[in-house]
Amino acid sequence: MAVTTLNDLQAGQSGTILDVEGNDSLAARLLEMGLIPGELVEMIGQAPMGDPVEFSVVGYRLSLRRIEARRVRIERT
Amino acid sequence: MANRAASDRPPIVALIGNPNTGKSSLFNALCGGQARVGNYPGVTVEHKTGRMLVANSAFKSIELVDLPGTYSLSARSADEAVSVEVLCGEMPSVARPDAVIVILDATNLERNLYLLSQVLELQIPTLVALNMWDRLEKEAMRLDAEKLSDSLGVRVVCTSASKRIGIAELQSALLELLDRGPGADSQGILERSALASATFPEAFLNSVDELEAWFVSQGCPLQRFQIERLLIDDSQAHSHRVIPKRIASAVADRIGQTREHLASNGVSIPLFETRARYGWIKQRVAGVVERQAREQRVSTSDRIDRWLTHRWFGLLFFIGLMFFIFQSITGIASWPMDGIGFASQWLGQQVESMMGPGPLRSLLVDGIIAGVGAVLVFLPQIAILFFFIAVLEDCGYMSRAAFMMDKFMSALGMSGKSFLPLMSSFACAIPGIMATRTIENRRDRMVTLLIAPLMSCSARWPVYVLMVSAFVPKQAVLGGWVSVQGAVLFAMMCLGALVAIPVAWLLKRFVFPGEPSTFIMELSSYKWPSFRVVAMRVWERVLSFIARAGTLIFVTSVLVWAAAYFPGDHSLLDQTTAKLETEQASPNAEPAKIQAWTSQVNQLKSDLIAKSFLGVAGQWIEPIVRPLGWDGKIGVAVLASFPAREVIVATLGTIYSLGGAQDETSDGLAENLRSATWPDGRPVYTLATACSIMVFFALCAQCVSTLVTIRRETNSWRWPIFSFVYMTTLAYLGAWIVYNLMSAWLDP
Repeated sequence: MAVTTLNDLQAGQSGTILDVEGNDSLAARLLEMGLIPGELVEMIGQAPMGDPVEFSVVGYRLSLRRIEARRVRIERT
Repeated sequence: MANRAASDRPPIVALIGNPNTGKSSLFNALCGGQARVGNYPGVTVEHKTGRMLVANSAFKSIELVDLPGTYSLSARSADEAVSVEVLCGEMPSVARPDAVIVILDATNLERNLYLLSQVLELQIPTLVALNMWDRLEKEAMRLDAEKLSDSLGVRVVCTSASKRIGIAELQSALLELLDRGPGADSQGILERSALASATFPEAFLNSVDELEAWFVSQGCPLQRFQIERLLIDDSQAHSHRVIPKRIASAVADRIGQTREHLASNGVSIPLFETRARYGWIKQRVAGVVERQAREQRVSTSDRIDRWLTHRWFGLLFFIGLMFFIFQSITGIASWPMDGIGFASQWLGQQVESMMGPGPLRSLLVDGIIAGVGAVLVFLPQIAILFFFIAVLEDCGYMSRAAFMMDKFMSALGMSGKSFLPLMSSFACAIPGIMATRTIENRRDRMVTLLIAPLMSCSARWPVYVLMVSAFVPKQAVLGGWVSVQGAVLFAMMCLGALVAIPVAWLLKRFVFPGEPSTFIMELSSYKWPSFRVVAMRVWERVLSFIARAGTLIFVTSVLVWAAAYFPGDHSLLDQTTAKLETEQASPNAEPAKIQAWTSQVNQLKSDLIAKSFLGVAGQWIEPIVRPLGWDGKIGVAVLASFPAREVIVATLGTIYSLGGAQDETSDGLAENLRSATWPDGRPVYTLATACSIMVFFALCAQCVSTLVTIRRETNSWRWPIFSFVYMTTLAYLGAWIVYNLMSAWLDP
């Protein structure tokens, strides 16, 4: 039950969102897209060059750059 | 609402929803393909309206406004700002909608409800279209629409737009909503206490109350939602239109103070809004949606994705697909393009055979027919590229392509979505520039759009081929494996793209500074593309190109024709041409006469061009182009090729008195270029001059159609002028450097 960020998940691993760091418009956009505390996220895979990363969240597939994924704190499940 | 009865205008209904919810299909289903597309004034966001005909009702028709696909109304991007402006009735070209249809993806309800929760705040009668209803089963979900309707407090109609299910129900529900009229019960409008904003922190609500009163006291009453957006959103994309200039600074102060006040009261802007809205959503969907533990399920779409975004296979597939699209733009398009070229030539010949030589004939043939041809010739490439884009977007692959290319493109200062527009620009910059519409981020889009004309398009090819075949030695190096001519051609192809890299960096750094772009993007499930949606998108693009860019391209072609025609006295040329044509048409034509008159006609033509406004300008710029190794004739030819780069080949042909249509492989033209001399007897064209011309054409903006397309896509003359200036400067510097380096190297 380690606290980490979305950026540290490997393909197939999942976690529960704790919060989104910062209170700028990027944070608001991440929340708008459904990365809200309590939701389960699964890492699906990464682009051929390692970035961006594909996640499954609230029933759809979302792509984030690693720098954006680092903003989302999660608890591994 | 209240003033609709007074005026006779049809009711206006806005259609809004997340991207990839089938909004285009629904729009087409509702208006049967009768859409008008344009830009909203002042921004590059697309404006699409359609007319929905309704029988047996109080209205003959309903005007449907398709708003850009968006996840929220937070007014951070231009798309969102336009949606807020239209819905609040601030957009000068659109009256405030009488009703809103919010389209929700049934398979992804929670995230879609976020937008609905914001739309409801606007207090416009609202109707929900719960789309992709038929896909719920596949997703192993169950959804109780009636329960949802009850818990939301607005009518919910289940639809499947792509299969045209539920459209009639949606139309009748809409009519019912509109027929109520003012004064009836507030159907489709929620009580304030039922809105998500009712759960906002107390301090925030109080501040909005205060500001509401303050705006009234300033003579600028705003809706609550507008005030909330001013307080919450950082971006000023929205506020410039709403707030009169006279109080702009007072408003900024006031908003700043209020934000400070709220921060000290523990309200964290902007996060509290998203939290409150998702809290509201959780309450509304409780007991409405049932699904299997979704995170454990691997869908077909995921399985496809495993291959298509695979480290090696995914990249190979992508490169193969791009190669195929590129081949289609250059290959398949060349058939209809040749046809269009042939048709305009044939038409010109018909006109020539019907009228005697004179200014009117020249205007018709060289100005109008050539000008219309110049517009139509782009249509096949535009149609083919947009066919592929529409298919790839509709089936869900486009977002994967951007996903795969993002790392590479972001290293160059753009985003993954810039790749396809730039690659298409190697065929032709016009469809490429139009394709930048798929890039949502404004900075990324502008940078991509401004460097797209640097990619080596097919119109540069004739120039390269002419110069290379005339001046580059036909020899092979490296053991016979590499031909020098081929290597030079390849270098010219790459030059523009290489120069584009530092240009993109400079543009990003100095012209469009700002926050780095993000790549928060939905990867929608794969599905079969809908024929209707694809056909509609291609048709819209083709039509908008003809209507907006076409007219301007045409006018410019005619203007350049006029500059090359006037003010010379063409009577002798017309007489000689008439004699020549009679001779050619007669059964026992004398070859000697034809030859003599042909050369006389060409001599006259080249003299007249030299005397025309264009020719005078060419002589005037000779001192400017001398450092590039050019003489005045090349200067004239370059000026005359302003409408399109490849025109220089024909113009050089005319100027060097060859006459008739010249193409890049004509030996005669190459021979004439080689024998052209300066007054002192030195040859004008050396390898250095040829390379300087090629480099100039690789980097210059000699293409009216491109500039006009930039004007249309950016809604401002500023950007085409900017492009022309920066590219011409680059071209001049590049040509100068190459000419001097090569002269020094070849002739020390």
